[in-house]
Amino acid sequence: MEIPYTATVRPDTGVYNAKLGIWLFLASEVMLFGALFSSYVLLRVGAPSWPHGYEFLNIPLATVNTVILISSSVTMVMAWASLMMKNFTRFRVYLGLTILLALAFLVVKGFEYGAKFEHHLYPSESTFLAIYFTLTGLHGLHVVGGIIVNLYLWGPGSVMWKRDPARFTNRIEIAGLYWHFVDLVWIFLFPVLYLL
Amino acid sequence: MEHAGTEEVKKHVRVYVTVFVALMALTVVTVAISTLHLEVHTAIIVALVIASVKASLVAAYFMHLISEKKLIYAALTLTVVLFIALMALPVSHYVDRGL
Repeated sequence: MEIPYTATVRPDTGVYNAKLGIWLFLASEVMLFGALFSSYVLLRVGAPSWPHGYEFLNIPLATVNTVILISSSVTMVMAWASLMMKNFTRFRVYLGLTILLALAFLVVKGFEYGAKFEHHLYPSESTFLAIYFTLTGLHGLHVVGGIIVNLYLWGPGSVMWKRDPARFTNRIEIAGLYWHFVDLVWIFLFPVLYLL
Repeated sequence: MEHAGTEEVKKHVRVYVTVFVALMALTVVTVAISTLHLEVHTAIIVALVIASVKASLVAAYFMHLISEKKLIYAALTLTVVLFIALMALPVSHYVDRGL
């Protein structure tokens, strides 16, 4: 049986099914990260003193990571735009770049974590480090998830382009919506943890 | 968005590049301001305003929310309300204690 409304718009919702699906998923993600941000606020205002992130976090590295993640959002949307212009070759270049940038983000994050552990700064060290590792760790897992999905769409999943280009283009838009959300979370994490 | 022609997509691409430049500029601004070590309340407000502008740019243009369907807006409106409720929870903690 064919899955309905993968490429065509469902008349009553006005969107193809996967788009509604991903937005509902992202809404649940907003609540997941929202709960942790809310916890951060409660922990911070309830603490007798709160360290400045810049005292022991590496701001230059985090700034580089911000630039990397924003760039990967641009290459992701360009991958989708390339498919809209029926340019599969360019699509693969842009999605490939998105994956490489995401990997670069994780490598930088790995160096940051490594430097913390070297100085024996573990989540158990302080409330600040506990929420820092929780938030950046959960975000990092989202980056890993995005890499896995994008690798599939770049490699084996891309055969769909020949069979059903409209559906494949929508898949890339959906993967993109998820990826931009991961970028969006980092846009808040960066100032909250590192700069304030 | 589903039926956008090639010409229209090309226009989108120009917007994406502009948004990219704006996001980079705002990243530089927020880092630069943090080096001033402003008083903590001011610093929080400034940093959150800049982050919100950046997030809005990503949501509006990369995530196409600027031209999305009503149902998506409805779902997101509910999300925003619930998100605000979440953020208000730490405040209610103080109300409870009569502070």
